[in-house]
Amino acid sequence: MRVLLSGNEAVARGCYEHGVKVATAYPGTPSTEILENVVRYKDDIYCQWSPNEKVAFEVAMGAAFGGVRTIVAMKHVGLNVAADPLMTSTSVGGDGGFVIVTGDDPGMHSSQNEQDNRYYAKFAKIPLVEPSDSQEVKDYVGAAFEISERFGTPVLFRLTTRLCHAKTAVELGERTEVERKEYKKDTTLRVVIPAHARRLHVKVEGRLKEISKFGETSPLNRVEEGDPTVGVISSGIAYQYARDAFPDATFLKLGLSFPFPIELARKFCARFETVYIVEENEPFIEEQLRYAGITNVVGKEKVPLCGELSQSIVARSFGGGEEPDKAAVAPRPPVLCPGCPHRSTFFTLNRLGIGATSDIGCYTLGVMPPLNGIDTTICMGASIGNALGFEKAIGQDFAKKMVAVIGDSTFVHSGMTGLADVAYNKGATTVIIVDNSITAMTGHQNHPGTGMTLMGEPTTKLDYIALAKSMGVKDARRVDAFDMEAVKTAIKEATDNPEASLLVMEGPCALMVRKTWTKAFVVDTEKCTACGMCLKLGCPAISRDEDGKAVIDPLFCVGEVCGMCAQVCPVKCISAPDKA
Amino acid sequence: MQRTTNVFISGVGGQGILLASEILSDVALAYGLDVKKSEVHGMAQRGGSVVSHVRFGEKVYSPVIAEREADLLVSFEKMEALRWIHYVAPEGTVVVNDQEIVPSGMERYPEDIDEGIAKRAPNAHILDALALANEAGNARAVNTVMLGAFSNYLEFAEEDWKKAIEARVPPKTVEVNLKAFALGRVAGAK
Repeated sequence: MRVLLSGNEAVARGCYEHGVKVATAYPGTPSTEILENVVRYKDDIYCQWSPNEKVAFEVAMGAAFGGVRTIVAMKHVGLNVAADPLMTSTSVGGDGGFVIVTGDDPGMHSSQNEQDNRYYAKFAKIPLVEPSDSQEVKDYVGAAFEISERFGTPVLFRLTTRLCHAKTAVELGERTEVERKEYKKDTTLRVVIPAHARRLHVKVEGRLKEISKFGETSPLNRVEEGDPTVGVISSGIAYQYARDAFPDATFLKLGLSFPFPIELARKFCARFETVYIVEENEPFIEEQLRYAGITNVVGKEKVPLCGELSQSIVARSFGGGEEPDKAAVAPRPPVLCPGCPHRSTFFTLNRLGIGATSDIGCYTLGVMPPLNGIDTTICMGASIGNALGFEKAIGQDFAKKMVAVIGDSTFVHSGMTGLADVAYNKGATTVIIVDNSITAMTGHQNHPGTGMTLMGEPTTKLDYIALAKSMGVKDARRVDAFDMEAVKTAIKEATDNPEASLLVMEGPCALMVRKTWTKAFVVDTEKCTACGMCLKLGCPAISRDEDGKAVIDPLFCVGEVCGMCAQVCPVKCISAPDKA
Repeated sequence: MQRTTNVFISGVGGQGILLASEILSDVALAYGLDVKKSEVHGMAQRGGSVVSHVRFGEKVYSPVIAEREADLLVSFEKMEALRWIHYVAPEGTVVVNDQEIVPSGMERYPEDIDEGIAKRAPNAHILDALALANEAGNARAVNTVMLGAFSNYLEFAEEDWKKAIEARVPPKTVEVNLKAFALGRVAGAK
């Protein structure tokens, strides 16, 4: 049967068809939907969200030690979190097949940087598989497991946002079971004390040479004949753009791009006067060609290194066409949804003149005007350490002026150690967990603070207050995020407290409680003075009419589950329609 | 080889753009065509500008449409039509919902949008999809009104559109959505 699958759905389907038994991940755009689709096959595949990518990686590695085909998925920066186990896992194993999926984000649609994780394959000395559409994704999952098992190595499977989210036609197949390999204790292989690790390093170097030979003739690397005067080398989604930009060219299309098939590339390049290298972000392919002394290539001197490519950009890089004439239109940035519980925290911080080190999640949108509630956002968990650092640099009083704001899922991911640091090193820092009881930005995934597993089973629920108290944070309390007065009082008291405080601002993600939405609030225009206080909430449902008075869009307002605008209105002119 | 058809759909997060492009892709796939459809999830959805690229033909490579190559630009919101107008091919068709959604960070809707569309796409088909959705019985059916409107400009049978809608929308909303589609199909034909 032929169906349309996104790249992420195709990874899941590939796991199903190719006998995977364990799959783990921490959600992160663009990779999130991989595990959300693996769970559709939960009768055959055990799958779980882990608290972060490092743990997900280690659970997956343990499962591979246990002898079954295992996959771990994460976004590109997630692999930084998992880099510690990654760098050493590559010398162990040879058990069940082990595939690591990285979802890179050229163009930074939903990321803080544009790192090109192909370099992780080179750094960790493991093979790199790069599919270019959903059919290849599904097929290459199988090929990656075969490579992993044949050479006793983890395999890095690289997707990018366009591949992850674009839907393309895929022919479905049946599941083939792969028997679990019997576990045998072998400390020389899996206990990396220096004496063992020295031998393992030599083994890894030898293994790379073997895989390199394999790659020279692997069907994953193929020449597509075309115009004998135009040669192009490409991989991944960039190949699709290049095919549209150079419809008639001869292609060397790389699907196993590390270890690099240098002899295949050398022969290919010798056929052309100039070979065009089309790759997104870094010159990963180009560097390997140049290192091998192949110089009749043109790549990053023409093709942009920053940002996502397209067939138009590729064509323009080589002189085809001009920039289109765009209309000047005001930007429409993403924004906290109507009914979002995070709004009260940033509105209050803004009104009190308190800044915030913040973190990665929906609440990062608190940086946008009119909330303007954020000073720093760097990486998962950084908010708490950053706030403590400010305090140590500027003085304890500065903790009154700068709090840490972090989401519930991000706190569990990598905020807990930061909070322990604040308590241990006697910080006065106020940490605010904006707790909407879900990993929201990536589309609502469970985590250890929600009481539910990926496979839909109720489980234990992390108690942030008990955790903070056990760390020595005495002032730790829950606050109703929809009670504007309570939010204000709590923030004032916590920042006045000369010791560390934890505030858990509780309120469910508006999108999770659609059934509780009520009729939109209305404005009594007789009473409205056009003061603009409600507009300071930055709610997309509120704008001004011709007289400058507030208007609430009934299509967007979620009604009484929120009600923040009614609370902040100084003349009380906003209310539920039946109470107007 | 049969040329690839490019349909570019734009609007605001929450308007049901992804469902509309899903239904279009289903119809094209049912005709045995190669289909690619691309959009980006994550932060891009939170009330921001959302686009979906749908390409179909004998063999499709890139999942995104090149600038100046959209045969059809469909926008669920006026500003979003103008924002992406440079994707329309010289002979391309533009279908726009007359709805205005004030972007976050702005207190009022910009005034020069109609003028901009009139200048850049003088033959645009403009309809009030929100009013038609309300007429069909649900303000959230704007997306199926728009499907009906732009279906006029693609060579698929009306029956196949209806089948695809029935298969995709929640069972309780089939009737409303088919009505919305029919209203859109009439309004968009002009």
